[in-house]
Amino acid sequence: MNQMNPEGYVTADGRKIGPVLMEMKNISLRFGGVKAITDISFDIREGEIRAIIGPNGAGKSSMLNVISGFYVPQDGEVWFRGYKRGPMKPYQVARLGIARTFQNIALFDGMSVLDNIMTGRLTLMKSGLFSQAMWWGKAEKEETEHREKVEKIIDFLEIQPIRKTPVGRLPYGLKKRVELARALAAEPKLLLLDEPMAGMNVEEKEDMCRFILDVNDEFGTTIALIEHDMGVVMDLSDRVVVMDYGKKIGDGTPDEVRSNPDVINAYLGVSHD
Amino acid sequence: MEQTATDAALQSIPALLARNAAKWGALPAYREKEFGIWQSWTWSETADEVRAIALGFLTLGLNRGDHVAIIGRNRPALYWTMIAAQMCGAVPVPLYQDAVAEEMAYVLDHCGARFVVVGDQEQVDKVLEVQDRLPNIQHIAYLDKRGMRKYDHSQMNALADISAEGRAAHQRVGAELDKRIAELTFDHPCVMLYTSGTTGKPKGVVLSNRNIIVTSKNSAEFDRLRHSDEVLAYLPMAWVGDFIFSIGQAMWTGFTVNCPENASTMMTDLREIGPTYFFAPPRVFEGQLTNVMIRMEDAGKLKKRMFDHYMRIARRVGPAILDGKPVSALDRLRYRLGDLFVYGPLKNTLGYSRIRVGYTAGEAIGPEIFDFYRALGINLKQLYGQTEASVFITQQPDGQVRSDTVGVPSPGVEVRIGDNGEVFYRSPGTFVEYYKNPDSTASTKDAEGWVATGDAGFFEEGTGHLRIIDRAKDVGKMADGRLFAPKYVENKLKFYPNILEVVVFGAGRDMCTAFINIDLTAVGNWAERNNIAYSSYQELAAHAKVYEMIQDHVEEVNRSIAVDPMLSGCQIHRFLILHKELDADDGELTRTRKVRRNIIAEKYVDLIDALYTGKDQIYTETEVTYEDGRKGSIKATLTIRDAAVVADEQRMAAE
Repeated sequence: MNQMNPEGYVTADGRKIGPVLMEMKNISLRFGGVKAITDISFDIREGEIRAIIGPNGAGKSSMLNVISGFYVPQDGEVWFRGYKRGPMKPYQVARLGIARTFQNIALFDGMSVLDNIMTGRLTLMKSGLFSQAMWWGKAEKEETEHREKVEKIIDFLEIQPIRKTPVGRLPYGLKKRVELARALAAEPKLLLLDEPMAGMNVEEKEDMCRFILDVNDEFGTTIALIEHDMGVVMDLSDRVVVMDYGKKIGDGTPDEVRSNPDVINAYLGVSHD
Repeated sequence: MEQTATDAALQSIPALLARNAAKWGALPAYREKEFGIWQSWTWSETADEVRAIALGFLTLGLNRGDHVAIIGRNRPALYWTMIAAQMCGAVPVPLYQDAVAEEMAYVLDHCGARFVVVGDQEQVDKVLEVQDRLPNIQHIAYLDKRGMRKYDHSQMNALADISAEGRAAHQRVGAELDKRIAELTFDHPCVMLYTSGTTGKPKGVVLSNRNIIVTSKNSAEFDRLRHSDEVLAYLPMAWVGDFIFSIGQAMWTGFTVNCPENASTMMTDLREIGPTYFFAPPRVFEGQLTNVMIRMEDAGKLKKRMFDHYMRIARRVGPAILDGKPVSALDRLRYRLGDLFVYGPLKNTLGYSRIRVGYTAGEAIGPEIFDFYRALGINLKQLYGQTEASVFITQQPDGQVRSDTVGVPSPGVEVRIGDNGEVFYRSPGTFVEYYKNPDSTASTKDAEGWVATGDAGFFEEGTGHLRIIDRAKDVGKMADGRLFAPKYVENKLKFYPNILEVVVFGAGRDMCTAFINIDLTAVGNWAERNNIAYSSYQELAAHAKVYEMIQDHVEEVNRSIAVDPMLSGCQIHRFLILHKELDADDGELTRTRKVRRNIIAEKYVDLIDALYTGKDQIYTETEVTYEDGRKGSIKATLTIRDAAVVADEQRMAAE
């Protein structure tokens, strides 16, 4: 799998995957004496759905935070779109074209769904504070354009009925969908999803799966996701990285990963006698 | 029918569309809410879009007499597809979009559709699921491109691509299309609609241009509909009413058809559009009233008092003012004030501010619900009709509106009552035939054109208004020969907001019993106010206090039934509250939410036995079908209660 064509590959269902979008080289991350991630390397390719899985405490969320630039690893390099990335502020990450959702929903409860999604476009707005406050000149035209983009996303995720509802009043599954909408509103190159199905029922999970696939298909967005639900991961992703105790123990297509003895041990346990 | 010179040329829907494009070219014909705003198409844009689709169909080889199946929610492009199909000499067949694949397969097979036009991926999947059994299907077109990229497109197209192809090919096939449009006559089939079928398989009702156009003309004139009117198209496209309102009358009068964003935004969209001509089945009005009442329970003291005070005035004088009857000046003033403080804002919230004509039909509507809306000054009326009549059989003229009648025969319709009490009619809207079913056609429509409705009713002395009692075949006899009219009793019970659905049994038995479905919204709210905790429908339905409340309702109904000696035998002696809602997906209701008695009686035979054997409790398992077609089962132990009945003399002595 590591001997892959640099130009990309074609998946079993006929989607074309492009060249490397992001590459992690020998990443190690420590919190004091705790080694969260030890010497992990892998890449994410354009148009791919890439999953990071592992048991509790394996370091998945830390890895996602390294990808998003929130954590800066002590060792190793992060390459994104051909450039080596240094320490960055969150807004710089957003401008680079990386958006994310959170394991614990992080929306503005008092604001409407529409306004929440609009915040996703903040980094794309160019008019100044004054003209925005006065609703004057460029700001008006710009807001109309942004609203149109947001409405397309609302339509796409089928949340029209709750457009004007304050987020605080929504059930959990819908909040997750709104969070995805906000991330999409930033028109990211790379979308990071931290446990998108956590706490959902079967129907909500099915919906979310469909939306993730549709986002990838429709917008060509590269998606990296962390997920507990093995069934979901195996159905959804093109390639899977498996972590355990901060180390990478497997990397490849779902089938390859499924038959990897280290992965089986990590998930099912291994007898010690 | 009298025909003027201009009318003579208007003998098909495409001809009407051409007239509207010429006459009202720049006025809005269709609107749809999309991306948060109302997009609109003028009559000339509509004519252009329809023609492009029709040209595209010709390039794909649509033949005269083909059937084009249409499946999806109300969207302008699907209405245009119907007219485009007519232009090509084909017959549109709209299907219920919430039908499961099996039901869909039957209809698609029966009509032999070669082209299927659907709304989105979900419908495409359903058609593909059954396509291997339906060799006739040659082409699937869809509106929404989302998620469709990976599908095999050798026999599939986006509708937008079909119309683009049609536009490109206009020089090649334009003449052929004009020829086919010119061929359309008054007696050419206009549409084929499948009746939901309370019993047996659905039947394809063929309605001709004459049926649709003459009916639309008569009914539009009856209510003085104008081209400036607005309607909201939200009822299933497969239902004859929607076809008459959104195609027939819209084409005849040139009014604007507005399509909601999706099913769950209907109430918001209704408010934004504020239709002037509106149709809704009773359950929509019931639902809205229940909502208003629930919200008023939670309102502040002052608002609640104002609401109660002015609603009392409205109920007293509102209907009279609406009917133009004399009302004292003081009452008029009070009503004005009420309109300012309560009725106006309330109507605005409901989206009924601009309604000139509103209709309800399909089921009996509770007198209280009906009066509530009329009291607010909404001209809500009743009509009686069916698919085979192109809707209209009877309707209520302005000023003669009552909740217990269905009005006088519509213009051009003759109605008579058969010897057994069954209602027969003959009209220009009477259907041509049941497709591929001459036996049923013959048994429904006689040689002189009289059609049996299957409903029992009578004309009221003096007013000439028709009253419907029940389905003719459901009116039966009890074991001791007394009259059994289940629907009469069911409707009385369903008028309570807490009760959603009722099925009464008793034909050939010595007493009547009932299954009851509670209304989760109303009872749930009541439970909340009374601190009753519940986690599911099933648990709430089995709650002792809910049983007590329902028992009160049943006993109250028993007392009101007992007043009528002819029907006093229909009092309910024992009842139970079902552990699940009756559902069309389980085959217990039709798609238009009518109770299918035979199926229910068969499915719940254990429960019926328990009702008649004097048990207090019964354990049961019921198979349910989920929305995605999977099956599961619900287990429950149901309580059976006895209700007090008003006994007649002999029984009183015995007890």
